[in-house]
Amino acid sequence: MCAMASLSDNLNSPSPTSQIQILNINWFQKQPHGNDEVSLTMNITADLQSLFTWNTKQVFVFVAAEYETPKNSLNQVSLWDAIIPTKEHANFWIQTANKYRFVDQGSNLRGKEFNLTLHWHVMPKTGKMFADKIVMSGYRLPEEYR
Amino acid sequence: MDWQGQKLAEQLMQIMLLVFAVVAFTAGYILGSFQTMIQIYAGGVVLTTLITVPNWPWFNRHPLQWLDPSEAEKHPKPQLQPVNSKKKSAKK
Repeated sequence: MCAMASLSDNLNSPSPTSQIQILNINWFQKQPHGNDEVSLTMNITADLQSLFTWNTKQVFVFVAAEYETPKNSLNQVSLWDAIIPTKEHANFWIQTANKYRFVDQGSNLRGKEFNLTLHWHVMPKTGKMFADKIVMSGYRLPEEYR
Repeated sequence: MDWQGQKLAEQLMQIMLLVFAVVAFTAGYILGSFQTMIQIYAGGVVLTTLITVPNWPWFNRHPLQWLDPSEAEKHPKPQLQPVNSKKKSAKK
């Protein structure tokens, strides 16, 4: 019966949408240890209602910054996350500074182009968990520290 | 319960649980409520238990035919002789 409930989730074809705006670069510095760090304020909007089924316990969502450096072909830094408990909570917007620190492994962030990806994990009441993401590109950090 | 009764109880349990699982899932899916599915199935388990576990009369419709006591007296059991305990001779 639980297997049937989980299988029925495959019948759902979700159509989530999202937008992320960077409202402000609060500060951008090189730490004493030598790593770059930036603090930014974002406006995150999303409509994740179509992800919910009768078999959904909650949706875990997070925003990650993705960029390339000479040392790492892909860097992913988690900036913010939240748990969405019901479908009614899934159409939201939030204005917030990054919840988790945006720190580089090194000092590669000046003038860096990066993507912001919104990831979600649809956690079921029983059975298989589904995960996917939306990639938003075109973001760029300032050339100089401030 | 007699043998036939036990077989009937087993079959009844399997069928009832299967039917309730299908009904519960269908109702839950249509109504979009996981809770409903669980509640219908739980009710089904309780009902199935009430019908198949106790020793109801319909599980005793094929009682075993034990030998009648008066007939048994005419054929007494043979008496068992006490076994002679012979000591085994040890090998030299």
